[in-house]
Amino acid sequence: MSEAAQASPLQTSMSEEIAIQMIDVHKWYGEFHVLKDIKLTVNRGERIVICGPSGSGKSTLIRCINRLEEHQRGQIIVDGVELTNDVKQIDAIRSEVGMVFQHFNLFPHLTVLENCTLAPIWVRKTPKSQADEEAMEMLTRVKIPEQAQKYPGQLSGGQQQRVAIARSLCMNPKIMLFDEPTSALDPEMIKEVLDTMIQLAESGMTMLCVTHEMGFAKTVADRVIFMDEGEIIEQNRPHEFFNNPQSDRTKLFLSQILTH
Amino acid sequence: MADTTQDYTPGSHPDLPPPSSEVGVIGWLRHNLFATPLDWALTILAVYLIYVLVVPALDWMLFSADWAGETRDDCSREGACWVFARVWSKVFIYGRYPVEELWRVNLTFIIQFVGLAALMIPGVPYKKWTGIFLLIPYPIIAFFLLYGGAFGLEPVETSLWGGLMVTLVIAEVGIVASLPIGIVLALGRRSKMPIIRAICVAFIELWRGVPLITVLFMASVMFPLFMPEGVNFDKLLRALIGVAMFSAAYMAEVVRGGLQAIPKGQYEAAQALGLSYPKVMTFIVLPQALKLVIPGIVNTFIGLFKDTTLVLIIGLFDLLGVVQLAATNPDWLGFAVEGYVVAAVGFWIFCFAMSRYSMYMERKLETGHKR
Repeated sequence: MSEAAQASPLQTSMSEEIAIQMIDVHKWYGEFHVLKDIKLTVNRGERIVICGPSGSGKSTLIRCINRLEEHQRGQIIVDGVELTNDVKQIDAIRSEVGMVFQHFNLFPHLTVLENCTLAPIWVRKTPKSQADEEAMEMLTRVKIPEQAQKYPGQLSGGQQQRVAIARSLCMNPKIMLFDEPTSALDPEMIKEVLDTMIQLAESGMTMLCVTHEMGFAKTVADRVIFMDEGEIIEQNRPHEFFNNPQSDRTKLFLSQILTH
Repeated sequence: MADTTQDYTPGSHPDLPPPSSEVGVIGWLRHNLFATPLDWALTILAVYLIYVLVVPALDWMLFSADWAGETRDDCSREGACWVFARVWSKVFIYGRYPVEELWRVNLTFIIQFVGLAALMIPGVPYKKWTGIFLLIPYPIIAFFLLYGGAFGLEPVETSLWGGLMVTLVIAEVGIVASLPIGIVLALGRRSKMPIIRAICVAFIELWRGVPLITVLFMASVMFPLFMPEGVNFDKLLRALIGVAMFSAAYMAEVVRGGLQAIPKGQYEAAQALGLSYPKVMTFIVLPQALKLVIPGIVNTFIGLFKDTTLVLIIGLFDLLGVVQLAATNPDWLGFAVEGYVVAAVGFWIFCFAMSRYSMYMERKLETGHKR
């Protein structure tokens, strides 16, 4: 476990370089110890892929970062602010941290454009015309500006997920969290979403992605984290992670996902 | 082999129109009325029943009915005597409201009718302002118009109110009050704070657990006993509060059903964008939840509208009440059936209108998302 903390070389440099810091974080669901002693430091601009078997706690980990899940012990510091029970502070952090979900979670009663402008207008107090303009820019960036007036139910899965990404980007987040963004998609649509994410990564966004897309991890990630049973087992640069895994558990996992 | 005659390339088969036996009038008849021997039998039975029941009813109501005249002697007794309904029509609508002040009632309902029409007909502009007008200044205007006592208007005691006017006042106040109170109760019942949850559960279960008649009796008989000497609440006001609280409890459970149907992901996505709890509810959860339970909400409204007839037992005369009053008038004995038909048609028009409007709203709010 100690190697986890050591693997982030920039930890001690200037604090404004650190986007997220998780210090000895524990979490339980009732009796079930789901996160065990998580130590993780994410630098600004860093792209991290988290993988692991289902039930290993990887989704829970990133959901703790914007407090969709509450941790019971340890500290989580996001953008210099510690997550406590202070509701105002939680909302402030959430507005700086974008999140993309496995099932898109677009708002079905709003048009694509309204999905994108709702938070800027009501959280950031952006004037509507400006919010519309910025939203159209983001929709152009994810290559679906022509769908702006449609409802989410009229779009394909891949398009919906790209709208979800655009919706998050409209808040100009400093950090983006992706919770298995391609797991609910048809094979034909995975690529368009991954392309959007790669494009985002190239723009210098701080990203944490829970994903099973190992190709994405290899090309984009600065660091790959492997989790099992609530612990960070191993983390390394993608090249070392895939070619020279340290623990037996990682080797077993890699052999199972890479051989089919 | 047979596949030599294929005259299209695979993957480009054209869409062909369906055979004529499947569409049009003949197709409809075949599918809906004469599909199986049982359908044949039911269709013939239905036609027979229409002949036996509906034809004589129409004859009684329209073709053999007496329309003209001023007294009961003008009715030949062959069919319905609508003279009765016409002579009593003012009472049916306004109760014993003073005749020279009737313009006030008319004006109140004309303003409301115009306002509602502007709100409901698509394409009419300023919907937001019309809605605000109907919700805030209008009830105050309506109060002073109907009750008077200010701006040089004669006060008209609520004991003189009656008929359709009382039905509409009780139903509308009940509808307008019960929806917001019901929403607050439903949200409270799902609150994480135990005290708020307990208060809401207690309120809902208390009101839902007793019949409306009991509520009305409590309001009119028991409630004054608890009040200090000399303090006197208007009987109609007490009935209004009772009806509003009673239907709010039902509404709360309808709304809660809708809240439970909203997937957790909607809350999470909204929270993840930084929206606070009130904004999550206002913009994301409630619009979807309320849309889902429109049929249940309107069901409660219609039930409330018809339950207003129960105020008769505490001495308020709604539409049904004045009809019964007229039917037992010594000069007009024997026309109870006509009276009840009038009351039934009156209630049916309003309930059916609500039902149709709710169906229209459901279609209008449909955005093609079925998850």
